[in-house]
Parts: sequence; structure tokens; C-alpha cells
Amino acid sequence: MDFKLHVWRQKDRNSEGRMLSTKVEGISPDTSFLEMLDILNQRLIEEGDEPIAFDNDCREGICGMCSLVINGVPHGPERGVTACQLHMRSFQSGQDIYIEPWRAKAFPVVRDLSVDRGSFDRIMAAGGFASVRTGGAPDANAVPIAKEQADLAFDAAACIGCGACVASCKNASAMLFVGAKVSQFLHLPQGEPERKRRVLKMVDQMDEEGFGNCTNTYDCEGVCPKEIKVRVIAEMNREYLRASLSHDET
Amino acid sequence: MNWLFRLFRSSIGCKGIMALTGIALFGFVIAHLSGNLLIFGGPDAMNAYAVSLRELGPLLWVMRLGLLATVLVHIGAAMRLTRQNTDARPVPYVRRQNVASTAASRSMMMTGLTVAAYTVFHLAHLTWGFILHDFATAVDDQGRHDVYYMVVKGFQQWWMVFLYVVAMVILAVHLRHGISSFFQTLGFNHPRWNPILEKSGIGVATLIFLGYVSIPATVFFGLVGLDGGGS
Repeated sequence: MDFKLHVWRQKDRNSEGRMLSTKVEGISPDTSFLEMLDILNQRLIEEGDEPIAFDNDCREGICGMCSLVINGVPHGPERGVTACQLHMRSFQSGQDIYIEPWRAKAFPVVRDLSVDRGSFDRIMAAGGFASVRTGGAPDANAVPIAKEQADLAFDAAACIGCGACVASCKNASAMLFVGAKVSQFLHLPQGEPERKRRVLKMVDQMDEEGFGNCTNTYDCEGVCPKEIKVRVIAEMNREYLRASLSHDET
Repeated sequence: MNWLFRLFRSSIGCKGIMALTGIALFGFVIAHLSGNLLIFGGPDAMNAYAVSLRELGPLLWVMRLGLLATVLVHIGAAMRLTRQNTDARPVPYVRRQNVASTAASRSMMMTGLTVAAYTVFHLAHLTWGFILHDFATAVDDQGRHDVYYMVVKGFQQWWMVFLYVVAMVILAVHLRHGISSFFQTLGFNHPRWNPILEKSGIGVATLIFLGYVSIPATVFFGLVGLDGGGS
């Protein structure tokens, strides 16, 4: 398969970037999207050019490092997968493919397609944890949790923090991510002691990082590789309003 | 009061203000429609209703100022949120596709501003009497302001009907997203209710559209005339 690629090239954070076009030829349909970029990079290196920088790690769809907007959709045309799990058979030979980084003020481009998602880390550090004394491992089922609640917590915890929600949102809002991280504690007894403080701190940090605001358009739900539902945003809204109105600390 | 400022300054608090003022304005849209439909009761019902509103006196002004304040807060919060939203993506995409969003949800600012602009025109027509002034000064046989005459004469003009219908389409599009957003923003989301809320957003918006448009449509096609029946 042959493709005409249009890739965002940007030297560093402070440089102006632009789209550069190049051709790749003889790609197997079973090549993954990232492998296709590896093949291109190998050629660029052999030709003495700079390879294209892009984030990747596990290539199994679980680490959340992929951050490619492919033809205008984060993680590309297939639903419920990350870019590393996308294969070239999802495209047509001869097709133009536009590859851009996540675009958000809170995700500055480091180089080419690689962005700095430290803003997500700072949101997690603000409250995305349960600070309990763990002690020895408790007996299994010593803390009873209803199956339905465990499922809700687990569905939210499936978020890998890739940032596709921000990339797809017309407002670059991070509310699906923060909602998922609030929700994963909300349904578990371990999350209860810091319930109010957590949501207040995480949302305040989210606002400080310069993300946009949710306008309930739900493109995030459509592109999320872990298919996180927007109910987590409603849960975060509810928790934040409740905590704001009733929190004991100032 | 520190916590209150913090809440209003936050993204979710500001969204909550959008939701609460939005639902209040939705309440006005319903109340206004129920008053307007009195036109089908004939000139006497309409003009008597108008007099009863005027007779509220100071209370009418409390309601008017409250409504104006709600509109201004709704627009002000929208402006603040929208500015943050545009600032959040300084470099736009070369290619961008919408995956799951509706056109209604993406155009709330445009539909909202259009409804606001039409509202000013609407007030200039029927409240202040700047537009079609000659129809706005009539008095009925009981000496009351002849609102019925003003409305019927106004909607016998094709361009007035056209503007009205276009504005009501845009209002319906705005409400279609606004109604279901109200619940999500204030934290109500449940798999059993989501499809119902989504459909009721469309359904209620459609009903409101049909209710409002029934007035200029029946006047324009002569089903409602100056004598209270067909002209």
C-alpha cells in the first residue's frame, strides 16, 4: 500500500511548526500505524533527514502514550483503539493521511507529534489518589463492594490518560479525563474520606492548566480508546457542586 | 463567601450558572408561549391579558428586571466560558472531524446570539412599537391597547412572518441542546433516563417551535383575522 502523508513538523516548543508532505510506499496492510511511521523514520535516517518524533511506549493500547490526530480524529478512524492498535488496512492505498499532534494550550508540542501532557500529571497529583495507611494486605472481600459499584469504578479506571478527549473536544476540555479520575474513586469506600477535597482540588488544577470547558458535545466519548462514558462528567459536575456547597474547609 | 466566589470562578460553577439561568429562560419561553396562545381566544382575551400584565405595576418591573438580569448573566457566563474555550486551543487543527457531536451542540453561541438579536427586534416590534409603528397605537372599543390588532396586522406582513419563523427554528435548535445539557451539567445522568432526556430535548423544542409558529402561520394564511375568526 502507498500513502501520501502530511505530517506536522516542529523543531521544539518555541518554533513555528508546519505540515510537510512525504510519500511512503510498499506498506503491508498488516503494518500498524506506528510501524508505518517507524518504516518512514528508518528511511529518513538513511537519507540523512531528521526522523519524525512521536510518543509511543507499550504498543498494546494500554499505556496511553500514543497521541496522533489522524485525518482529524484522535487515534484515527477506528473506534475504541489507540493509534498503536490501528492498522494500515483501515486506510485505502493512495490515500492522503494527515497526522497532527494533540492540539491544546495545556499540551504544548515538544517536537513534531510529541506533546507534553504534564498537565494531566499535575491534576492527578492535586487529588487523584487515596492517601490511606495501607498496612498489611487485607483479606479478600473484607471490604464489601457491590458488583454494580465496582463495575462503575472499573469502567472509569479504564482511562489510560492519553488525552484524546482533550484533542477531540472543540473546546480542548479535559472533563472526560478528570471525570474518569474522580469517578474511579467515587464508587469505592476507599475514596470516601477524601471525596470532597479530591474533586475540588482536581477541578481547580484542571482550570488552572488552561483547558477549555465542556459544552456537552460528546466528541470525547466518540474518540476515547477506552470508551469512557460522559456519565463520568456528570458525576464530576455533581461532586464538584456538592463539595463546593458543603465542604468544611475553606 | 469565599467558597461562593471560588464556585462561580470555576469551570463547573460557571457551567452551573449557564444551566440554571438557561432553565429559567426556558421557563419564560413556556410562560410567554402560554400567554401568546390567548390570541386564539380572540381580541378580548388577548387584550384583557395584556391589561392584566400591565396592572401588575411594580411587580411587572420586578419580573422584567429579573428576566433582563437572567439574560445578562446567561450571556455573560457564556462569553466567559467561550473565551476560555477559544484560548484553550491556540493552534488550530489543519484537519478536524466531528465524531459524535451534533451541529446544535457546536453552535450554541451562534444560535444564542441570534435569538438575543431577534429578541431585541421582537421588543422593537411589539413592545416599543418602533417597527410597524402605525399598528402599535390602536385602541380597541373598550379603550384598551389593541394588542390583538397589532399582532394580526404585523403577521400579515410576509417578511415579519419569515423573520419570526427563522428565529423560532434557531430558538428550537438552541433549546434542543440546552434542555438535555441542563441535566448533564447539574450532574443528572443515568442510563435509564439519558435516551428519554435526549428525546425530550428534541420533543420539547419541537413543541415550542410549533406552538410559537402556529400564531404567525394562522394569521398569515387567514385562519385568524381581525374579527377574531377567518378574515
